[in-house]
Amino acid sequence: MTATIQVENLDIVGRRGKGVELPIVQNVSFSVQRGDMLALIGESGSGKTTIALSLLGHIRKGCRIAGGSVRVAGYDITTLTPHECRSMRGRVVSYVAQNAGSAFNPALSIMPQVVEAASVHRILPKRDLEARAIDLFRALALPDPETIGKRYPSELSGGQLQRLMAAMALITDPEVVVFDEPTTALDVTTQIEVLAAFKAVLAERGITGVYVTHDLAVVAQIADHAVVLKDGAIREAGTVSDILFQPEDPYSQALLAAAEPSVRPTQGVEEGEALLEVRDLVVGYGRPTAMGLPENVIVNHTSFSVPKGGMLGIIGESGCGKSTLARAISGLQPWASGDIFFNGVSLAGDVTLRTPEQRRHLQFVAQNADSVLNPTKPIGKTLERVVRFYGNARGEAVTRRVYELLDMVQLSPALATRLPSELSGGQKQRVNFARALAAGPKVVLCDEITAALDTVVAAAIRTLMTDLQRDLGLAFIFITHDLHALQSICDRVAVLYAGQAVEVGSAEALGAGIHHPYTRLLRASVPLMDSSWLERTRERGLAKALPVATCDPASTPPELCCFLARCPDRVSGLCDKEPPPTLFVPQGPRVLCHLPTSTRPEFST
Amino acid sequence: MIGIFGKLRSKHDRAVLLLVFWLLLALIGPLCSSYNPGAISSQPVFSGPSTAHLLGTDYLGRDTLSRLLDGIRHTVLLCFASTLLSCSIGTFMGIAAVTSKSWVEVLAGRVADGFLAIPSLLFALLVIAVFGTSTVALIMTMGVIYMSGAYRTSRALSQSVAQRDFVTMARARGEQMTYIIVQEILPNIAGPMMADIGLRFIYSVLLLSNLSFLGIGVQPPSVDLGSMVRENMLGVVYGSPAMIVPVIVIAVLTVGINVTLDSHGRKD
Amino acid sequence: MKNSLPKLIGKRCLAAATSLVFVVVTVFAVTNILPGDATDALLGQNATPQTVAALRHGMGLDQPIFFRFWSWLWAAVHGEFGHSLLNGLSVADAIGPRLHNSLLLAGAAALIAVPASLFLGITSAIWKDTFYDRIVSIMTLGVVSVPEFVIATIAVYVFSVRLHLLPAIVDVGSVHSLGQFLYAFFMPVTTLALVSLAQMVRMTRAAMADTLSASYIEMALLKGIGPVRLILVHALPNALGPIVNAVALSLSSLLGGVVVIEVVFTYPGIAGLMVDAVSSRDVPMVQACALVFCVTYLILTTFADIVTILSLPRGRKA
Repeated sequence: MTATIQVENLDIVGRRGKGVELPIVQNVSFSVQRGDMLALIGESGSGKTTIALSLLGHIRKGCRIAGGSVRVAGYDITTLTPHECRSMRGRVVSYVAQNAGSAFNPALSIMPQVVEAASVHRILPKRDLEARAIDLFRALALPDPETIGKRYPSELSGGQLQRLMAAMALITDPEVVVFDEPTTALDVTTQIEVLAAFKAVLAERGITGVYVTHDLAVVAQIADHAVVLKDGAIREAGTVSDILFQPEDPYSQALLAAAEPSVRPTQGVEEGEALLEVRDLVVGYGRPTAMGLPENVIVNHTSFSVPKGGMLGIIGESGCGKSTLARAISGLQPWASGDIFFNGVSLAGDVTLRTPEQRRHLQFVAQNADSVLNPTKPIGKTLERVVRFYGNARGEAVTRRVYELLDMVQLSPALATRLPSELSGGQKQRVNFARALAAGPKVVLCDEITAALDTVVAAAIRTLMTDLQRDLGLAFIFITHDLHALQSICDRVAVLYAGQAVEVGSAEALGAGIHHPYTRLLRASVPLMDSSWLERTRERGLAKALPVATCDPASTPPELCCFLARCPDRVSGLCDKEPPPTLFVPQGPRVLCHLPTSTRPEFST
Repeated sequence: MIGIFGKLRSKHDRAVLLLVFWLLLALIGPLCSSYNPGAISSQPVFSGPSTAHLLGTDYLGRDTLSRLLDGIRHTVLLCFASTLLSCSIGTFMGIAAVTSKSWVEVLAGRVADGFLAIPSLLFALLVIAVFGTSTVALIMTMGVIYMSGAYRTSRALSQSVAQRDFVTMARARGEQMTYIIVQEILPNIAGPMMADIGLRFIYSVLLLSNLSFLGIGVQPPSVDLGSMVRENMLGVVYGSPAMIVPVIVIAVLTVGINVTLDSHGRKD
Repeated sequence: MKNSLPKLIGKRCLAAATSLVFVVVTVFAVTNILPGDATDALLGQNATPQTVAALRHGMGLDQPIFFRFWSWLWAAVHGEFGHSLLNGLSVADAIGPRLHNSLLLAGAAALIAVPASLFLGITSAIWKDTFYDRIVSIMTLGVVSVPEFVIATIAVYVFSVRLHLLPAIVDVGSVHSLGQFLYAFFMPVTTLALVSLAQMVRMTRAAMADTLSASYIEMALLKGIGPVRLILVHALPNALGPIVNAVALSLSSLLGGVVVIEVVFTYPGIAGLMVDAVSSRDVPMVQACALVFCVTYLILTTFADIVTILSLPRGRKA
């Protein structure tokens, strides 16, 4: 029996602008049997998307296939005429893109886009197609399957669009579906729903496919076989269990090690005096309302503190207000009420009103290393300026200090003369750290600093943070959306939902004991490297959140529980009437919730 | 200054080189001409090229080459002066709008929007009708017309730079506004601003040539490229270089700079 | 939705009204900014203070500036622009028929230029980086880089002087049939169309190319959508707004072109009148012409903007 997908010795080259042609994909061969799902695993620049697109005969501008063959469902892709290629695309092979938000045409409503491929290939009459689409919407657990097709892309959420795109790919009943990082842009609590919907539909229809991703835990849920790519070449291929549990190639091993969740044992940080304390902070935009709060409250009565030398993680999903919180602490965003204390002294809301000493001791490392370094200045000059500005050194000592700083973040002093554009993403983030250290801080605020980095590089940056914490006695606030990353370095954690710190506690204890319902949802949604994780989680109903629609969050009064709309454990008559109290769990976290442990035994995980 | 201009990308480099070439030609060219541009030689009018008159003579029998060099000087220097005026003030206003209080930005933006509502040639006609065609009036007119464009470009550029995190960091550090403007913003907008200056120089050359051609730009006895075409219009019948060569020079000047700016400046 | 359609259009009309105020004030201010005034121009250097004062009183120039602005505006709204300083004729009477001629010229040119530039701009964006695109780009870059009079003069030189095919001067009075119309208007109209077309082609191409690089276009390709459907269903609805906007912005190059073309072909239009008035510094005439021009331009751009707003796809209203 021949394989449905057969790629042999594929070489793809490309050029940027007028430069020389460089190999993007080198000598790649793999095959996928009917009904199998193959995962293409790789980090950025590994050529995984280029290979995925070549299965549809699509080669991006400036690139070309230099050798080898691609056979998909009996078609020899490299020899097809443009017309044959068009008739195959969408009908025989279809594609699910990474960012559904931009892959839907904003000018058209959903339904015509979903059925378009099937109608141009004349697969079924229009009326039957719409019925089939509605069936698919239902199978993918989309809300209001009958009417969702009439809506426009801008009116739907990312998770919904991603599932609609899967429907768009499946409408023609293709033999092969190519998924290109379909859940990477989603929040974890959304990802689990999308993954579950995908898996159910794929299993039911016996689809043959290729699943491109960098997330090994997702691979464990979805794929049967896997290929590990680096720099356009295959490092290792085999069954998913072989690659995830007995990797042979050193690169696969490194990937796996970086993805392995590790919980850092709390080093007995005594609840000493707080170095930085945020008390009842409210940040928002727009004019103040009658109650004295801003029109759009982003951070809502949040309190937490960081002890000297401690590492606090703040976790939350997109839109939970974590970046606004970071800007407020750094004095870049004025707040409406509440206080921030540093060393027991109240900080001004505007950074220019803080004392030089306060500015020096509280440093901010921003998310995007690309925009945080001035592209026209060599990095040595950037560091020099900070050293001079705070008057830590003069003359010869400045240069010495710059080298020292580069050494601290494990970069060669030779890089001092380089421009930021000549550095890799990880190196830039290290320079970014050095810039913060140059001030001689006591607390460093890190906003999603590893989000844009590949897993291996990100793990190295986190190791650097723990080293600095140990060696210099620095305190960190580590803001992230990644629970594993947080647990691997932090000793305390604040869980942020809709601008409220719904839970503050020790990071180590996140796995056990009593927690806020949102914390449990978040925890249960992070995929584990275990192929039965998705089923188990779904069965136990742990990651089940109520659909948002059952309780309109917009109509919820702001003083009530912010998680009310999605909470599976809510008690009507209590949660929708009274604001939640702060609950101190004995030897556990501080939780903002009504549910006392005594009445709800399942409250613990 | 070297810090600002040291990192020009090649596209801007070439445009700047071209501009420098034309400026040099404007300054040195007239020194090399063998005739007084205003003097009427004994040659017949609209004569063809000869050893005495390399480009022949014009409608009064004056040496075309000498007049051409003089015309280049007027066109280039006038336009350069007006470009400097519009771009320096426009750039300053643009950066100021981004870095200062919000009402300054609103006010400046409104005025710039207003200028968009008046086509540039019309505004020039209106102003010249009142202030006349003196050199200063022409420079000021063109300077004011293209100021709003320079303002918009520099505001858009500095806005995007000012939102980048390195500027936020400098502010959080407590740096002075002058340091932020000179060290952080200016070096990052210098390249695109150069391209903008090149474009505005071309616009002024086109506008001035049109005005002079219409008889309301540079006035006799002074001459620029546009008025040279105008006064030698009759020579079109004889295919006289006195009329054709200035047309070619204008085209070479504007197309040349435009091509260097356009070659890599396309949106991809 | 926060920004409903009527609200957006209302906003745009308000902006147009602001611009109108700006234009009116600028036209008035520029012509009244001089230390001297029209009396100097009328009486010359030898005027005695008494005669100047008498004339100033006669012309209402001794009144406060705000009052003068108001009475000037009041008269202008009623189509009363005063009298020419040159020959004392009513400015409104001089402008009337010539405005008609100018609108005819500009309208005819726009009828050619707009469809042609849409076609060239859209096709060259579709066939980006092909030989065709390069030719279109080089031609349009050439045209935008030279002053309008150069193209007009070349046209006159080739078609009138060398080939004796078409008249170099437009005699509007002699037009009685379609044939005569074509004969007289062919050259000025095509020249004007050409000079205003280049800018529009370039901006249309940029707008279309921008849309074609969107990821939903790649997605449509991956669904096996053919090129015609790709352009008509996926690209054009999204590019329409930016394209209409580009055309509107290019109207100023059409207006600039009108001025030069009218002079080169001695066409009896308002722009030629204005250039003459500028040469003789006939301020009331210049004022009136500038006002008429600017208001026409403002109406056109506002109209184009409203079309842009209406053509925005429903899913995209921000």
